[in-house]
Amino acid sequence: MNQYQLIKLAKRVGFYALIAVVMVYAIFPFYYAVITSLKPSSELFRVDFWLSTVDFGNYVQIFTQKSFVRAILNSIIVSLSVVFIALLLGITASYALGRVRFRGRATVMLVILGVSMFPQVAVLSGLFEVIRGLGLYNNPAGLILSYTIFTLPFTVWVLTTFMKQLPMELEEAAIMDGATPWVTITKVFLPLMWPAMATTGLLAFIAAWNEFLFALTFTLTDDQRTVPVAIALISGGSQHELPWGPIMAASVTVTVPLVILVMIFQKRIVSGLTAGAVKG
Amino acid sequence: MASVTLERLNKTFGSTHIIKDVDLKVGDGEFVVFVGPSGCGKSTLLRLIAGLESISDGELRIADDVVNDLPPRERGVGMVFQSYALYPHMTVYENMAFGLKLAKMANETVDERVMATARILQLEELLHRKPKELSGGQRQRVAMGRAMAREPRILLFDEPLSNLDASLRVQMRNEIARLHHRLGSTMIYVTHDQVEAMTLADKIVVLRDGRIEQVGSPQTLYQQPATRFVAGFIGSPTMNFMPAELLGAEDGCRVTAPGLGELSLPQDASGQPAGAELSLGVRPEHLRLAEAEGDNRFEIVNVEYLGNEVYVYLEPRVGDTLLIHRSEAPSRWEIGQRVALVPELEHVHLFDAQDRALEIANRRRAA
Repeated sequence: MNQYQLIKLAKRVGFYALIAVVMVYAIFPFYYAVITSLKPSSELFRVDFWLSTVDFGNYVQIFTQKSFVRAILNSIIVSLSVVFIALLLGITASYALGRVRFRGRATVMLVILGVSMFPQVAVLSGLFEVIRGLGLYNNPAGLILSYTIFTLPFTVWVLTTFMKQLPMELEEAAIMDGATPWVTITKVFLPLMWPAMATTGLLAFIAAWNEFLFALTFTLTDDQRTVPVAIALISGGSQHELPWGPIMAASVTVTVPLVILVMIFQKRIVSGLTAGAVKG
Repeated sequence: MASVTLERLNKTFGSTHIIKDVDLKVGDGEFVVFVGPSGCGKSTLLRLIAGLESISDGELRIADDVVNDLPPRERGVGMVFQSYALYPHMTVYENMAFGLKLAKMANETVDERVMATARILQLEELLHRKPKELSGGQRQRVAMGRAMAREPRILLFDEPLSNLDASLRVQMRNEIARLHHRLGSTMIYVTHDQVEAMTLADKIVVLRDGRIEQVGSPQTLYQQPATRFVAGFIGSPTMNFMPAELLGAEDGCRVTAPGLGELSLPQDASGQPAGAELSLGVRPEHLRLAEAEGDNRFEIVNVEYLGNEVYVYLEPRVGDTLLIHRSEAPSRWEIGQRVALVPELEHVHLFDAQDRALEIANRRRAA
């Protein structure tokens, strides 16, 4: 083996080693959570990298807790509602912003972008007052409202960029066929915007699904809580015991749907996100 | 089927005046072509008729209805777009049925209409394909089918062939012409290609800077262009132009052009002062070449052999646009030869300083 081949081999090994490091860094915490969740509580603090026995006790425990099942249900309702409302408003807004010429269009776009730059904490107290004023405190509707506020700017921006790329003549053809703007949006544009909608919808779903601060602040009782808060509030037998087993089981339970969703829409997300950058 | 009438039609975008006082009558069943260089307003004019742009001033009538403020669907117009603009997610059938369904027609009627249109355009085999599975010519036909399915009173075409390659363009041009013969419907067609205009039109409208330059049959435009612009735009290769000076306006007129000497032409130049600077135009096929004699000698700089005909390019006396002579092949002329130019006097055009053509004088003296 000569020197050139050696260098090539070393480069290859280095490359895969680097990939391995990144993979472990990214995946190991989740992997460890899965393992922990499958251990009986007696073995919890023994460091294992491999499962010797599989024990579903933790899962049984959390799913027999009524409040956890209820929290999952709340999360699903809130997240799906946020996705639906954000896409509906996003599509209609993007039609107006991407297709209709009006004075101040650029300003509106900038304001939308500006809104998305506020950190959550900055608006928390103000939003709290709004939600109480609307009578939505301790109600999933309050969460839907506040999540939509934070999701919408991104949704509108991505969809507007995408909408602008659809050829003008397509819309004019629809107008010649007698389509109203609403028909044009639903029958012509919507079917063509699936990639962008999958992307924005999924990201909105993930954001709503994982949100913690608002969910903690705007809810009070167990039966109105969403999953992230419910997990954080899982408590053990005493004040000094953290029930790691059930917590890990719950975390894995709520992460798996996201992982599956992302895997399904993986290609769409990439093509949706780059849609604004390069002409496809 | 219907006629279209444009009366003092104007269109402004902000401070730019695109269409200026256009008056035009398109007869029932006529095939009218708007032609002109890019930016002349021909597409805008079509879009005004379609209803895709609002009319700034003037009146637009279809049949006898003023349609200025009607939306496209109520005007009874169908349009074929340059990029076809087919709905990519729908099959050919759905593309053609879309407008019919929106008009709330019964399913059987929709089906009947789509099938009838598909039969005319030979699209029956393709009805269940998506646009991306079609060739350029097929997409073109689907676009026409979609416009025709609603049985509009007028069919509009916006440069429909410019996305096709040359041979397909000739074929589709033919199909459109035959379609017009068969359907007899009113069609308005926009193109920048004067060959398309000549071959398709009953009536050509030449536009320039938002104004109508001339309206007439292809033959009229070719034989009697009203302005120098039309003369240069219609015909390929283009007309030869050379400066000329008016010597006298009695009995037709006498002009002199550098190299050609004194010519006696049938045009009535009585409105022009003696010594007026004119422009003399001759089509390439109306020039004859002869052995050089005296001052009449032009150098041949290139000879193009096209199989059936030959183009001979000559060095001009004034300016740098080469003069072109066209004749049937074979040709005995060669590069570098010096020859005399002999224009056929009855086919010579004269244009005044404002580029308007001088008319042929009445031949009453002969009677």
